[in-house]
Amino acid sequence: MLEQGLLILVSTVLANNFVLTRFLGLCPFMGVSNKIEGAMGMALATMFVLTLASVSSYLVYQYVLLPLNITYLATVSFILIIAALVQAIELIIRSQSPLLHRVLGIYLPLITTNCAVLGVALLNVRQQHHLFEAALFGFGAGLGFGIVLVSFAALRERIERSPVPEPFKGAPIALITAGIMAMAFMGFTGMVKA
Amino acid sequence: MLSAILGLSLLALTLAALLVWVARRFPADSDPLVVEIETLLPQTQCAQCGYPGCRPYAEAIAQGHAEINRCPPGGTATIQALADLLGCEAKPLDESLGEEKPPLVAIIDEASCIGCKLCIQACPVDAILGAAKRMHTVIADECTGCELCIPPCPVDCIDLIPAPQVASLPNALKRAQRIQMQVRA
Repeated sequence: MLEQGLLILVSTVLANNFVLTRFLGLCPFMGVSNKIEGAMGMALATMFVLTLASVSSYLVYQYVLLPLNITYLATVSFILIIAALVQAIELIIRSQSPLLHRVLGIYLPLITTNCAVLGVALLNVRQQHHLFEAALFGFGAGLGFGIVLVSFAALRERIERSPVPEPFKGAPIALITAGIMAMAFMGFTGMVKA
Repeated sequence: MLSAILGLSLLALTLAALLVWVARRFPADSDPLVVEIETLLPQTQCAQCGYPGCRPYAEAIAQGHAEINRCPPGGTATIQALADLLGCEAKPLDESLGEEKPPLVAIIDEASCIGCKLCIQACPVDAILGAAKRMHTVIADECTGCELCIPPCPVDCIDLIPAPQVASLPNALKRAQRIQMQVRA
């Protein structure tokens, strides 16, 4: 059990990183990696939402969709759950901690459209995880996303100050950097068999 | 087919109920006292009080972190109104922050303007209109006379003239709230 959980965690954080090997959640990965502070806020918020979304979508799949025999509606209902969840979390944060709400700002609602969240929910179903595994899978995905996002933001802050050739400035060099990062993460592939 | 429709509607309804419950259980911020204090402030967003705008200053007053005599554009009248609202002594204006002046609006000497956009970035209420290397102008109705556009101007082409009429406070407040909504959204 513990070994299995550790395996899932290492696998999702490093070997099958959601951003760099599954290419999910690329939009916030490119969009909010300009500043390291923003990237940290986004990473924390995404980690939180991913874990919750993974668990709740698993529960709905197992106890609503399967008994009613309507598993083909999984994608639609998962989108519904994620949107409601993000909205609820935003409401809670806004009233409980306006400061955190101001720090996270626009990134919080943006998570609704982060395909990594939907990806986690759907992969849970495909890989037939049980509840504990689903929670770990969601948390691991969020952790992996967060690590990659923050380190990528750190890289981009340094690239900003270096003499990049004119045609490569901005998005092109960022994409090249992301590609090199993805290649570096390929080194983890042999570690875990997915 | 029927179970699909029922199941999905049930799911949606449950989530909607959850959202309604959360919204009721955790009402969004806006301390009524902050709102009341904010309506008394002149909405110049001039930051002379040391806070980035009228809303943050109102929040600081409500939490007891700030004195009520830090608003030079509001002057004695605002201090008196705040003292009445909060039930404390009215104090003379803190002169180190600025002096009380009649309502002003900025005006750009359009012949000297070089279109550098620096004043547009400085304006807290988006009252300056213009594009790079084009002449800028001030929308007098929107201008609060906060003077924040004066220091950045490299050619010193902005002047302050007495406002044609007393700036309408309800409008200014509405505008400030709109800008806050945009920032939040």
